[in-house]
Amino acid sequence: MKELICIVCPVGCHIHVDEQHHISGNKCPRGYQYAFVELTNPKRMLTTTVKTVFHNVPRLSVKSKEPVPKAQLFDIMSELNHLLITKHVKIGDIIVSNILGTGVDMVATKSTFSEHQKGEAHEIYPID
Amino acid sequence: MKTFDLAIIGGGAAGLAAALSSFDEKLNIILIERDVQLGGILNQCIHNGFGLHQFKEELTGPEYADRFIQSLKEKKISVMLESTVLDIQKKEDFQLIISSPLHGYEHIHSRAVILASGCYERTRGSVLIPGTRPKGIMPAGSAQRYLNMEGYLVGQRVFILGSGDIGLIMARRMTLEGAQVLGVAEIMPYSNGLTRNIVQCLHDFDIPLYLSHTVTQIKGKDVLESITIQQVDQHFEPIIGTEKTFDVDTLLLSIGLIPDVALFDGLSMIKSPITKSACVDQHYMTNIDGLFVCGNALHVHDLVDWVSDEGRKAGEQAKKYLLTPMNVEKDDHAIVTNDNVRYVVPHHLDMNHLNEPITLSFRVTKKMTSAYLQVIQDGTIIAQKKSAYLAPAEMESIVIKPDQFQSKSPIHLHVEELL
Repeated sequence: MKELICIVCPVGCHIHVDEQHHISGNKCPRGYQYAFVELTNPKRMLTTTVKTVFHNVPRLSVKSKEPVPKAQLFDIMSELNHLLITKHVKIGDIIVSNILGTGVDMVATKSTFSEHQKGEAHEIYPID
Repeated sequence: MKTFDLAIIGGGAAGLAAALSSFDEKLNIILIERDVQLGGILNQCIHNGFGLHQFKEELTGPEYADRFIQSLKEKKISVMLESTVLDIQKKEDFQLIISSPLHGYEHIHSRAVILASGCYERTRGSVLIPGTRPKGIMPAGSAQRYLNMEGYLVGQRVFILGSGDIGLIMARRMTLEGAQVLGVAEIMPYSNGLTRNIVQCLHDFDIPLYLSHTVTQIKGKDVLESITIQQVDQHFEPIIGTEKTFDVDTLLLSIGLIPDVALFDGLSMIKSPITKSACVDQHYMTNIDGLFVCGNALHVHDLVDWVSDEGRKAGEQAKKYLLTPMNVEKDDHAIVTNDNVRYVVPHHLDMNHLNEPITLSFRVTKKMTSAYLQVIQDGTIIAQKKSAYLAPAEMESIVIKPDQFQSKSPIHLHVEELL
């Protein structure tokens, strides 16, 4: 017997799964699907940061491009802890491809350089 | 002395949206941000889940901000970074006193102002926890900034007071970074956080949530050594005999947000005791002509998408104010609510200017599983919506179209629970 709270919508149905893998308590089919995935292969998005050498962005925020297996979250975290970003990256750039063989890339969710530099097309007040 | 048509204070979600929507070739607009970069609090919210309504996809905070920053770069809107507005004064126009490392102390003038300065976190002082005053106690959002932007993990053994979303997100974040989160205490019998966060931030990592519990003792001379929690009764009084002590070096507080409206101090602003911010009309304008407020500086939102939405509307209204001055007198009437409504924004409607759809954003006082949201004028329901789920933690809204108004009489907003 396992109990889950469905997070597909704000109602938050309490879903029960018995020993015969019978799913009950969901008020809609999406709840059934949620419970099925949670019990067979739960996955989560991982968002974290990696170290950089840049003073203005000492930590670069990154995310898994797709959800990764929940059971591997801590392994991926320790893998990322060894990284040091030394070259400038743009938002969306791949930081680690196919992390720990999951088939999922870790990508930057921020750019390491300041978006508002003097001399860019964007006007900064006061330029004087 | 620089003079602008519009000064937007705050370059976060609300200010960015306001800057984009107020843009017009004829207007000279300045966006003022105190941090070294635009984006505001979104920069430290590295988790995903932002933008489902604005962009129909789930983005992280920095990605969400970037969408707006890129759009801003395409338009010729001036930005002042590392610039803190210290004071606003109103005479003929608005005078802003600004401090920045580059220019020191300076004044600018502006015909209109949009305040989009966000909100700040309640601290230990606002909940009066007994005990010593060691280091290691801080608001969850501060710990979030230290960790996600500066790279400092503030502690190894953590307890969290308050089950707001920031506290839940930080429980997961600190766990992933190697800290041990021993529990989350919530004084209410329910959590104010999103169910999704309860599940993915607490259940996923077996972090216990103590409902109807609060911290009643803090010990530690210089650094925090332990905290004690106790169950509370229905009057929030601690129950003797329910004490549990945890040896921790960090206590994070996620106990609520308050609009940051310190800049109102020099102005004769009419404020709401509930939202702790200005009372605005449907144009997001305060009682001070030309001063608009939006985003978390107006009322604390639960989704950034709604913050952007409100910023966009305030920007549009400021543009209209500057380009097409009103020639009809205002006729303000407060929106009357029933007991199920905690507050509504806008606070009042200018009944002489009802030519655009108006969104009423509000919070309810209790959880309801089925209710009618009704707008009533002259005893007649002019707009109605059924809601299957209402809770204080979830902001609701209803739109009134111009042709739905029957007259210029004040309107009532009622939430009628279906039992």
